[in-house]
This record gives sequence, structure tokens and C-alpha cells, in this order.
Amino acid sequence: MTAPTLLETRGLVKHFGGVQAVAGLDLTMAEGEVLGLIGPNGAGKTTVFNLLSGFLSPNSGSIHFRGRSVRGLKPHAICRLGLARTFQIVRPFARLSVLDNVMVGALARHPEAPRARERARAVIEGLGLGPKASQPAGGLTLPERKRLELARALATEPTLLLLDEVMAGLNATEIATLVALIGEIHRGGVSILLIEHNMRAVMALSHRIVVLNFGETVTEGPPAVVANDPRVVEAYLGEDYAAASPPR
Amino acid sequence: MAVAALLVLVALPLAPTLVGSYVVTLLTLIFFYGYLGQAWNIVGGYAGQLSAGHAAFLGIGAYACAVLAVEKGLTPWIGMFVGGALAAVLGTLIGFLGFRFGLRGFYFVLLTVAFAEICRIVASNVDAIGGAVGYYITFTGDPRQFQFQDARAYYYIALVLMLGATGLVAWLERRRFGVYLSAIREDEGACEALGVDTFRYKMLAMMLSSFLTGIGGAFYAFYVFSLQPASVFGIPLSVEIIIRAVVGGAGTVAGPIVGSFILSPLAELARHYFAQSGWHGAHLIVYGALLIAVVLFLPEGAYPRLARLLRR
Amino acid sequence: MAQGRGRAEAGLPAPQGLTAIDATLVAQALLNGVLFGGVFSLMAVGLTLIFGVMRVVNFAHGDMMVWGMYLAWLMATRAGVDPYLGFVLCAAALFVLGFLVQRLLVQRIVDAPHEMQILLMLGVALVLENTALLLFGPEPQRVRSVLARSTLWLGPVFVDVARLIAFGVAALLTLALSLFLFRTDLGRSIRAAADNTYGALVIGTDVQRVYAAAFGVGAACVGAAGALVSPLLPFSPPTGLQLSVASFNIVIIGGMGSLLGAFVGGLLVAVAESLGAVFLKPSLKELVSFSLLVLILLFRPAGLFGRRAS
Repeated sequence: MTAPTLLETRGLVKHFGGVQAVAGLDLTMAEGEVLGLIGPNGAGKTTVFNLLSGFLSPNSGSIHFRGRSVRGLKPHAICRLGLARTFQIVRPFARLSVLDNVMVGALARHPEAPRARERARAVIEGLGLGPKASQPAGGLTLPERKRLELARALATEPTLLLLDEVMAGLNATEIATLVALIGEIHRGGVSILLIEHNMRAVMALSHRIVVLNFGETVTEGPPAVVANDPRVVEAYLGEDYAAASPPR
Repeated sequence: MAVAALLVLVALPLAPTLVGSYVVTLLTLIFFYGYLGQAWNIVGGYAGQLSAGHAAFLGIGAYACAVLAVEKGLTPWIGMFVGGALAAVLGTLIGFLGFRFGLRGFYFVLLTVAFAEICRIVASNVDAIGGAVGYYITFTGDPRQFQFQDARAYYYIALVLMLGATGLVAWLERRRFGVYLSAIREDEGACEALGVDTFRYKMLAMMLSSFLTGIGGAFYAFYVFSLQPASVFGIPLSVEIIIRAVVGGAGTVAGPIVGSFILSPLAELARHYFAQSGWHGAHLIVYGALLIAVVLFLPEGAYPRLARLLRR
Repeated sequence: MAQGRGRAEAGLPAPQGLTAIDATLVAQALLNGVLFGGVFSLMAVGLTLIFGVMRVVNFAHGDMMVWGMYLAWLMATRAGVDPYLGFVLCAAALFVLGFLVQRLLVQRIVDAPHEMQILLMLGVALVLENTALLLFGPEPQRVRSVLARSTLWLGPVFVDVARLIAFGVAALLTLALSLFLFRTDLGRSIRAAADNTYGALVIGTDVQRVYAAAFGVGAACVGAAGALVSPLLPFSPPTGLQLSVASFNIVIIGGMGSLLGAFVGGLLVAVAESLGAVFLKPSLKELVSFSLLVLILLFRPAGLFGRRAS
């Protein structure tokens, strides 16, 4: 028995002037999945995130989230429907405390401030940021900011979480910790769509991987299959490399 | 810190019986500008949408209330809310245009300045309300018409206004409204991603702020008894409003009050020192220098720095 | 130099719907507008330079120009120097002012939230305007220039020699500025820093010096513009705000960050204001200015040539 479809895009197109950032993308995600979105820089991955979360509107194509069209909805409306995202370059509310930062997310589900504060505290503790709760977010280290970004998005109690290169800028230990955290979040019932360059993280977390290049799907499938696909190697490293290294 | 605040709170209502009329007048002005600064604080300090044209709201409130009282006999006790409502209409318009068209930062500031100046020019050219010469209210001293013989009445009203606005802001700060506004000031895009309807909250902030400022206009009209477009809609007044919040600490509850306590005496000093016939602008040089100094050395404002010092 | 024969005697055939006088008035306004536009363009180019390089919105722009005017006035009344010669000194003085403002004030808050920069320049504007008020009083002044009294007749319209010279000098200065930006090392550094601060830092540019120079040059433009315009326009300290608004109008129409846009925009806005003065009461001319600003803000923040400033 297959899980219900959580997210579906059909023929998603976005261009900027003459540049086709997304060229007819068909993407499907089932509830409970962790989907990895990989591809070289400029492949259109963040544009896809911006389209899904409502920061950009597509030129054509459809986006359905939990069975309803979200095309044309503003980002805050999409968040309320259960789709949350993080940003590639973290955007903390610098002058607000860590607690207030996360509280903004919690308020999306709990309009009463005291309750939202409680929920925010719980999320903060769960991500190991408890000791820093009353510090201004501007003073956190990069790994802490990444976790804050995650905490904020989690506080909105999403059904689907879009993670945009959360591993970027972290060292191996930090990455391992974050991978474990994301695993926990997933087990808590949140489906995840992640953009990542760190292959180890993507392989470890994803049920399925979609490879993007020039705004369209190159291939998709389980991690092991995709990793060995010559087209993937070619997309990342160019034709010459693919020709030179034989498939395993 | 809290003890000090409590002491001050108790002392203020008693002040008129203890000090001379000059101090009472000074304090009245401190409270009144503190009130205006607090009203501005909602949209300019918390929400971070700098408006340099808040005088427009004060002017509309003042003229509306005054004209209704003089021409229609409507008591300012009611007229002030009409003035506030009209000011809120303008605030809604400016907010709508600014936020719908995505005007941020500098562009939004320009928009507010443009509207304030348009109001000023229009008021200067409408003879029915006195044109450039101004609109005058005859003093009758009738409390039912919001006119008082005793200066102390104005003192208490201004005090109530200031405390009321401050109480309101303190209450809102802890609720969703306040938290959202502060977050909007930091990063609107991130807010949207977290489910905040930034347009809606910015609009609400603008409407509330302009409404309160409009009510302040009614007080102004029946305290000064003459309205000139240049003074009531002009940039100097907008600056008076902004600077109290900025110097005291924009986005904090006590900021505008602390700012007013710092600035009004300073302005008085400047006025006396530079006393020249017909020119009252000396305090503006001080304001300008102070703005520069605050931005460079004390960006969070006087109150947060004071609070930290006292905590140690 | 022909002296005033009545314009009605000039004998233009009346276009349909307008009398000869109306058409001449409009043509005159157009001409005056274009000539004035040269100075407006110079003013706007100065603002664009400051904004384009440092992303600083110079709220004190108009007030700096007014100081240029007062300096020209001082030189004319105390030293008998004609503004059309003295503008060089005005430019130099304003260069120093701009340089110092950037180096001492703006440089300190490069990393601060944007609102801080707006408040800072507002403070500078207040200080400049009210110091002028303190020193020179609120009465409008005008500079007497020998050239300001002569006019040339071109058929039914006349040309203020003063205006013509102002236009000529302004155009030359703008040309000189573009040569500076495109042919000299410092100019190139300024443009590089405008496009890509980090890149400029990487190749060893003293970014602080470049920024200060850019602000200085921008202020110098406005100082020169002020001197050139001082015989043409009565001015007093509050004129600063009007000029700032005009500058913003122009720069936003032309496109924030585009020098060409500022130049073209200057001509456009000057012509628009000139025509506005023909058809409207003088007190309403300001109204047109501000209303235009509102419309431009709503519909053209990207401008005709420029990049959108976020």
C-alpha cells in the first residue's frame, strides 16, 4: 500500500528574462518520505524551493500540496498549510532572543503568546539550544544558527519541511549531529525535502533522490542507484569525466 | 529598576502641587511628545517601518477636531476620536500604498514625507480652514469643550495619554502582535516563511499608530489654539516625534519616554541659549547632532544602555 | 542682443486650440526646463554616485546644494566673485564636506541596519539646514551675476544667458565626471567598488578611501550645481528639502545607480516642473513635485535605466 501523495508538481516552469531556471519539472513526494534534491550549482534547486514555498510564482505548471493547489498563495499561507522551509543563507532575527525567534514560528499554530512560548521552549530544548534561549540570535555561531533556523521552521509544526543546504559550512562532527537530528525529526512524522551538496548526508537520509540539472530532472531513484548513474556523474563533473571513469 | 519606575509613577501625579508652573508646562510637553513618540514607536520602532511624515496624522487630527468644534460645535472629547479615525484613514492609505507596492526602508520614508508635505500644501491653500495663515480657536475655558483655565488639567491629560499609550505598547509587546512586529523589523522574508502575514501586521501597526497620533493632534489643537500648516504638518514636527523614540530607544517600551525626558529640556536649553528674534530652529541643530551621535555611538538608544548600566 | 519686443508681435501662427501666447509660453517653459535640466542632471548625478557606490541615500543632498548656493552668495557679496567662476571653489568645499561625512560618519555604520543610515543622513540634513538658518537667516537670497541680466532672443522665445551658461557648465562637468569615472584609476576604482565591494577589497583597493572620494565627488557635483543655479533661483535654507525631493524624483525615475538615467531624468523632471509652473499656481508647483514623487515611488522604483535597489 503506497502512502498518499504529499506534494506534486507538474510541468513547473520558471524563467527570469531569458534564463530558464526551472524547465518543466515533474516532482512527486509521498507522505513520510525523505526526498533528496541534488544537482550542480545553478541547476535550479533553490528556485524550486522558492516556487514551492510561494516566494516566487511559476510561469506555468501546477503545484499541489496535500491535494490542493498552492500556486499563487503567499508564503505565509503556504506555511500555515503545513509547508515550512529554511534558507540557504540563514536569516535569524538577530536582535531577538533565540526563544523569541522560535516563538515566531510557534505563533503560527498557537496564537496565544504564553502557549507559543512554551512550545518554542520545547523545540529549543529538543534541538539542544536550551542554554542559549535568552541570548540574542545575532550572537550565535554558525552551527547554532543552523539549528535555530531548523527550530523556527519546526515550531510551525509542518507536515513537509524544505531544508536548503543545511549542512553548508559545517564540519564533519556538526554534520553528523545534524543528520541525526534530521533523522529524529523525520521519525517524529515530518516529511522532508532536502537540497544538499554533502553526498554523505544525502545518501544517509534520503529514501529517494532526484537529480536536477538545467532546471529539469536528470534522473531519480534510490540513493544507491542514483550514485552510480553515469548521467549524474556527468551532470556534476562534465562529459569528459563521465567518459573517463567507467561505471562501477 | 522597577522600584525607580514605581517611584517616578507615584511622583508624577503629585508634581503639579510641588513645582512651579514653568516645570508643569515643561513636563506637560514631555508627556505629550512622549505620547506621540510612543505612538510612532509602534510602527517605526517595533515594526521598523521608518515614517518621517507622522506630522500628517497629527495635523489631520488637529484640524479635524478643531474645525468640527468651531463650525459644528462638536465637543473635542468626541471630536478627538473623529480626528483619530481620519488620521487612521490616511495612515491606512499610506500603509496600503507603501506595503502593497513593496516600498521598504528609504522608499517608504520618502513616501511618508511626500504625503506629509502634500497635506501641508493642501492645507495652506484651503481658505476655509485658514490657509497658510492658520486656523484659530477662541479660548473659552470650557472643560466640556476640552478647554481648561488651569494648566494642570493639561498636565494630567498629557500624563494619562502617555501612560495609556505606554501601557498599550507594553501589553502588545508580549502578545503575538508585538512579537510579530519585532520580527518583521528584523527580516520580513523570514517572517513570511514562518506564517506571518507581514502585510496585515504592518497595516495594523500603521493604523494604530496613525490613530493614536491623530488623537494627539486634538490635544495639540486645544492646547495651542492656533494651527498653522507649516508647524502642524511640517518636517520639524515629524522629527520631534521620531527623535524621542530613536534617542530613547526605538522598539522598547520605555524608550520614547526616556527620550522625551532627555530631549525636551535639551530643546528648552537650546531655545534659551540661541534666543533670536523670530527664529526657533536652534534646537533642530541639537536634534540633528544628537541623531548623528545616537546612530554612531548608541544605536539601541538611551534606555537600553541605561537599563544595562543599572543592572550591574 | 535683441531687447524685448513683445512676444505677441513675434507673429507665430496660432495652432489649433491654443493662442499664440499659450504656445509661446509652453515653448518657453520647455526651453527653460531643458536649460535648467542641465543643473538638475548634475545634482542627480551626484546623488547617483553616492548611492550607486555606497548604497547610501543622501537625505542631506538638497541641503548640501543649498550650502553650495550660500557659498556662492558669500563669494559674490564678500569677494565679488561671479558664481560662474566661483563654482569651482564651491565644488571643492563641498567635496571636503562630502569626504568628511563619509569618512567620519557613514563609514562607521556600514554594517548597521539600514534604518540607521537613514537616521544618520537625516541628522546631517538637520544640522546643515539649521546651521544655514542660524548663519544666514530665513530670508530668501539670490546671487547677482553680471550675466544673469542678459537675454538672447530666438524668435518668440528668449534665452537667459545665465541659464545657458549654467547648462553649458553643467553639461561639461557631467562629461568631465564620466571621463573621470571611466578613464582615471580612482574613477575606475569607484566603479569597481560600486559593482563589487568584496572584489575590490580582494584586489587591494583601499575601499574606505574610494568611498570617501565617491561621496566627495558626489557632493562636489551638488556644490557646483548650487553655485550655477544661485543666480537663477531664490533660495533659503528650507529650499534644501525641495531640492532633495527633486533629486530623489530624478534619480528614482532615471534608475537608482544609473548615471545616464540620472542625466536624462534631470532633463525630464526639470521640463515637467517648468511646464507645471506654466499651468499651475506657484504654490501648487510644490504639490506637483511631491505628487510626482509618490507616483514615481509607486510605479517606478526600478527606474528607466537602473537596477532595482533592494
